[in-house]
Amino acid sequence: MPVSTSIDGLPLWQRRTSRAQWLRFGGWLAGTCLFLLCWKVISDNTMWVFALDAGRQGSDLISRMLPPRWEYASNLWQPMWDTLNIATLGTALGILMAFPVAFLAARNTTPHPLVRSLALTVIVSSRSINSLIWAMLLVTIVGPGVLAGIIAIALRSIGFVGKLLYEAIEEIHPTPVEAISATGASRLQVMNYGVLPQILPAFAGISVYRWDINIRESTVLGLVGAGGIGLALNASINSLAWSQVSVIFAMIFATVLISEWISARVRHAMI
Amino acid sequence: MRADNQARLSAARRGQWRKPVFIERQWLRVALGVGALAYLALALGSVEVNWARVAEGAGRGLNFLAAFTHPDFVSRQGDILAGLLESLTMTLTSTVIGVLLAIPVGLGAARNVAPLPVYALCRAIIAVSRTFQEIIIAILFVVMFGFGPLAGMLTLAFATVGFMAKLLAEDIEDLDARQVEAVRATGAGWWQVMNHAVQPQVMPRLIGLSMYRLDINFRESSVIGIVGAGGIGATLNTSLSRYEYSTSAAILLIIIAIVLASEYASSHVRRFTQ
Repeated sequence: MPVSTSIDGLPLWQRRTSRAQWLRFGGWLAGTCLFLLCWKVISDNTMWVFALDAGRQGSDLISRMLPPRWEYASNLWQPMWDTLNIATLGTALGILMAFPVAFLAARNTTPHPLVRSLALTVIVSSRSINSLIWAMLLVTIVGPGVLAGIIAIALRSIGFVGKLLYEAIEEIHPTPVEAISATGASRLQVMNYGVLPQILPAFAGISVYRWDINIRESTVLGLVGAGGIGLALNASINSLAWSQVSVIFAMIFATVLISEWISARVRHAMI
Repeated sequence: MRADNQARLSAARRGQWRKPVFIERQWLRVALGVGALAYLALALGSVEVNWARVAEGAGRGLNFLAAFTHPDFVSRQGDILAGLLESLTMTLTSTVIGVLLAIPVGLGAARNVAPLPVYALCRAIIAVSRTFQEIIIAILFVVMFGFGPLAGMLTLAFATVGFMAKLLAEDIEDLDARQVEAVRATGAGWWQVMNHAVQPQVMPRLIGLSMYRLDINFRESSVIGIVGAGGIGATLNTSLSRYEYSTSAAILLIIIAIVLASEYASSHVRRFTQ
């Protein structure tokens, strides 16, 4: 801790050296300036006339949403089933693809460093692109519908599952692997008896976790035409039927809560 | 369990060793298997696929993949730059505002520092903010605040509050109680306890999480443009619906590059603070 002396020669304790203090001050100043600059860009691009009556608009919106038109819920079972299918089938497909990718990406199981960097590229590009963008893309390619949603969810899940899984593979104990290889087992047998049992619990946990996230994401995929309850949401918003929108929101809220509860229970049971 | 192990060992001595199964209870294993198969059959049966449309689109898909080999950064340069600038500014301001708001909410949602009514309120805020997708909130905010980056920024800030406050509250809930007690034993008030016992313990994690959230906010800012909340998403959406795949490829490559860069930077910052 830096100690300076006062005029009388008494030692005084200071938390930081004056250089560190100036550096900190400079950092905060630069950060604040950057923030204000960004705020200015946003403020220039905003029509404040529309923003200022937000409170009135908001209360207007709420008054249109309430009371919810509960009869509409009977039309929602089919879209809800589709949403569930998009999330579940998408997760399953994503896991199927992520599994080999994770093995190729883990440092201790990859056949070659070049393959590893290729697998890492797949993981990164899948992770950086939101499932809605994937859905937008796939709707133009395979046409609107549930299939586009499933593939979008699957493509997005590869990166997530792949990343967490390859990290789990890299953290395994080397001793069982060595023991199995010492018996003269082939590469696949080492994987099957040495690596797989160690990562299986992590793998199951990651899959359930991703399924939970996918339920959440698949509720909105319909906004770009990829099926599910989002389609109903989009239709209701476009026809300004806000009392139906609130029913859909309540439905989404309940579904997400239930899926979160299931995923928490399953993960709890496994650990 | 013990007897099972014994049985397996003696089987192994006879050369009949088998791998232990993942789910031990047999009825549960069978029920889960049958249930999964039944669901799969039902679900796959209800997915309607228009194969003619898929075949027609396959060529387009190949075109799109081919576009990645010659991305077109130039012909829509102005739009891409404007969208990017909006996305980046939205990301930064929303993260700053969101984190600032998340700190009090996170403190309130930690059971060991907040009284019950405050705790319930803050947990409710977190639950609402976390359940709804950014894009749904964006729809509502676009209606309230009009088109443009302001709605997007508020959306991201709102989502940030839920995310950060939840993780921060969990961090506060399992901090080291001895330090808190030590500071409290000197006669410190609530603020002093927060400042000298709680804050130093959660700060490294808070900085790491903020960097992580910055990353997420950028990724999200690329989609909320779809519903009119500003950012690069609007540009991407337009280019996709015009089938200008080389421009879309360029935008996607830019997004991937920025996410990679920010991930790299945030891992550095995290190493520096811990």
